[in-house]
Amino acid sequence: MDAFLLQILNGLDKGSAYALIALGLTLIFGTLGVVNFAHGALFMIGAFCAVTLQKIFSLSFETVDPDKTDFLGNPLKVKTPYVESWFGPDLGGAIIDWSVPLAILFAIPIMIAVGFIMERGLIKHFYKRPHADQILVTFGLAIVLQEVIKYFYGANPIPTPAPDALNGVANLGAVIGMDIIYPVWRIVYFCFACLIIGAVFAFLQFTTFGMVVRAGMADRETVGLLGINIDRRFTIMFGIAAAVAGLAGVMYTPINSPNYHMGMDFLVLSFVVVVVGGMGSLPGAVLAGFVLGVLESFASMEWAISLIPGINQIIIYLVAIVILLVRPRGLMGRKGVMED
Amino acid sequence: MFGLDKRDTTLLLIVAGLTIFAPFILNPFPTDSGLAQFNAGYPDLMQRFVIFGIFAIGFNILFGLTGYLSFGHAAFLGVGSYSAVWMFKLLSMNVLPAIILSVIIAGLFALVIGYVSLRRSGIYFSILTLAFAQMSFSLAYSVLTPITNGETGLQLTLDDPRVLGQTATADGSIPVTNLFGLEMRGTYEMAMGPWAFQFNMGYYLCALVLIAAFYLSIRIFRSPFGMMLRAVKSNQQRMNYTGLNSKPYTLAAFVISGMYAGLAGGLMASMDPLAGAERMQWTASGEVVLMTILGGAGTLIGPVLGAGFIKYFENIFSKINSNVLHSWFSFLPDGLEDFIVFIIYPFIGKGWHLTLGILFMLVVIYLPGGLVEGGQRIGGWFKGRKKSDARQSETNPAE
Amino acid sequence: MGILEVKNVGKRFGGLQALSDVNLSVKENSVHAIIGPNGAGKSTLLNCLVGKLIPDTGSVMFDGQSVLGRAPYEINQMGISRVFQTPEIFGDLTVLENMMIPCLAKRDGAFELNAIASVLSQKDIMDKAEHMLEEMNMADKRHMHAASLSRGDKRRLEIGMCLSQEPRLLLLDEPTAGMARADTNNTIDLLKQISEERNITIAIIEHDMHVVFSLANRITVLAQGTPLVEDDPENIRGNPKVREAYLGETA
Repeated sequence: MDAFLLQILNGLDKGSAYALIALGLTLIFGTLGVVNFAHGALFMIGAFCAVTLQKIFSLSFETVDPDKTDFLGNPLKVKTPYVESWFGPDLGGAIIDWSVPLAILFAIPIMIAVGFIMERGLIKHFYKRPHADQILVTFGLAIVLQEVIKYFYGANPIPTPAPDALNGVANLGAVIGMDIIYPVWRIVYFCFACLIIGAVFAFLQFTTFGMVVRAGMADRETVGLLGINIDRRFTIMFGIAAAVAGLAGVMYTPINSPNYHMGMDFLVLSFVVVVVGGMGSLPGAVLAGFVLGVLESFASMEWAISLIPGINQIIIYLVAIVILLVRPRGLMGRKGVMED
Repeated sequence: MFGLDKRDTTLLLIVAGLTIFAPFILNPFPTDSGLAQFNAGYPDLMQRFVIFGIFAIGFNILFGLTGYLSFGHAAFLGVGSYSAVWMFKLLSMNVLPAIILSVIIAGLFALVIGYVSLRRSGIYFSILTLAFAQMSFSLAYSVLTPITNGETGLQLTLDDPRVLGQTATADGSIPVTNLFGLEMRGTYEMAMGPWAFQFNMGYYLCALVLIAAFYLSIRIFRSPFGMMLRAVKSNQQRMNYTGLNSKPYTLAAFVISGMYAGLAGGLMASMDPLAGAERMQWTASGEVVLMTILGGAGTLIGPVLGAGFIKYFENIFSKINSNVLHSWFSFLPDGLEDFIVFIIYPFIGKGWHLTLGILFMLVVIYLPGGLVEGGQRIGGWFKGRKKSDARQSETNPAE
Repeated sequence: MGILEVKNVGKRFGGLQALSDVNLSVKENSVHAIIGPNGAGKSTLLNCLVGKLIPDTGSVMFDGQSVLGRAPYEINQMGISRVFQTPEIFGDLTVLENMMIPCLAKRDGAFELNAIASVLSQKDIMDKAEHMLEEMNMADKRHMHAASLSRGDKRRLEIGMCLSQEPRLLLLDEPTAGMARADTNNTIDLLKQISEERNITIAIIEHDMHVVFSLANRITVLAQGTPLVEDDPENIRGNPKVREAYLGETA
């Protein structure tokens, strides 16, 4: 039972990342009708926002500390981060320590700007072109973005730790009298994902803006006929989708050190998630993200691997293939959306 | 000639000429000159040109004719490579049975994947093929280790049976791949003044296969079958209401292009008898997509051009480093030189993929017909200029 | 017994009964028009005949064989060709190639892996396609891309493609919708000529009364998913029920 619950938990953090990326993909596909192969790159850019902020905070100047000497008796040079000298060692240290959560604030404007530029500068011109062209051009963009990041940050993963306070493990099972030791940050990540997902849904559900977007997702032409400037709203939607992917990336950095190809790695799986959830269905994308994350986690268990070796590697693809063939519109897809 | 019309025959002869004389054409600079770094007439590079050319020709039969965008074609190339290496391990080092087997196995594999994937079209098809290819990659990487040797990749060893050949040579090393005794790695070097040209057995085998593959693709393009495939791309609704079942047509195209990929994989293993899972990764599938689009999807010569273009510049770009750049721009004033080198540097060396990505985006945006369309436009532009010149010279005397 | 027998066909979409209890009999070599106001179920009925939709109840027999449950291409191979409301042709192919495809479908069936022989070597197909283009007065346009044809020419091409399959029943879905008067008259003449010269039964769905009364020798009036009356054109013209349902009270 403990192991069972632990596997569910283990699946949730990856599932959260899948769900957030798939949510953005679906928003873009549902509103703009564009298949965005560069969405994984947005996730990666978000992660590198966290890396950048951490680097900025750690910018240091060197001073010679007269009290300390190295083993040869020379005075020792000490690096002091600017933030520590400005805000004092305590607050400054805390800022560096909390750079990943702080990067959320840093990433939101950047991601929205990236999203706007992408949509206005490139995607806009591809609304009327075939899906194959959209796939191709966003695929090219994804390569470009990841190579730019690689140029500036190198090819190696960059460790970006969570704040010390959230870095340990917690015994979640204590409440129900079981032993479930689980890293705190992963719980944070899951809660964060739920928060974002909730916010997106609330935004779509309760604001006029969201209502128009939902109407546009259902029937773009009719909404356009009402004289509502749907295009501008869709640009904003693209920015929001980019921000969601970016934030997913920011918070994911302590779980896996970011590298330049993490976007592509997640993208393929996120596409599969979108297809399983149902093209164009937001709840479907979220549900499928979590379900597949948990399934993957179960498939990594000892008994599953001893039963079918390597099942953990292929389970998501297997499920996707079966779903596409048996129920082409996915778990929660609407009838008629890209069904053929 | 060969059952082709005049234009196609010319095209075939051009491709044949280019591949046969490639060792000359690709080595235009004397060995000692500073420009020798732009030479590409080395056996392994030339082999890559033609092998990827074959791969792209096959991909084009599917994508160029039917419009079905597969993102999983590298899987067939990988399967072809594995089959060929197994043939070298079990049967003999003769490449012929190995290549035949890789084509057959890749074809069967394509039949299964195509049968399932083609039940959907559009982006669903792309994602299905992507999923299948990633699954094959994962399987080859881990589960199927007994067959694929996992991470290390499948290699020849000294205790392979090789029932029709020899397990090891007399001096105790692994025998080399050959075609009825002609060793694939055999290279004849010819020095002509300051030039050096290399004629490699393996390359010429690949070149002959490329010419045959290209010829076959022309025949397919010009056949009723090819016309039906273009009809699939143009209007499936009309096709179905004209009494035609589009499924078997697309499946046949998928299998044929899978067999081309298997052929490329088999040749790859014949040149260098090893096979690794990374050949099946989706980035490898993306590469053949890039080649085909860049050259010109749906055209005969496009994929060959695209493959050659990408492989050539990949090789050249990765050789250029900042020293080379500095030496090129040394005629400029210092500050300007540094600035220009600084600007160009991210795009060369390891930055080749960045250049490729940008180039690819530009092609998709502005030149959907690829290099072929670009060539036609330039040709048309020149013709137009000539015409207007001619008209001007006609009107001038009248004035 | 007609060549096409529709018996008690019903089709429901969610809460909407699109067709109920439709009976229809199309006699061989007649020109049978199906008319009715918007939303009468004309298109739904047509889609049931060609395999795009499967009716919930009833039967559709073509030449004594049921068409229900067969794919569109199978139904086409039985001898039913369809002309669409907006011309469906192969826009990326040339006019000649457009004409060759149905000829190939007629000769080789639903699938034939003819991947090596050149198209140009298929003399019988070439001749047939060329011949049909001449009959359609389109021979001079044979190397044009079909997408660049005028609307009227696209329609002619589509009809020609259907005819080159030598169908026994030609279904037309508002063939003159959105056409200029001159194009409409040309199309009427073409269809008249076809019905007189060829051994073909024509069923036509049409809005334009001018077209209907110049072509049809039998008319079925559909209203609210069910046939109101089936009769000869002269009687339809004077039928008060039809006037009420279709032409409105003022007419």
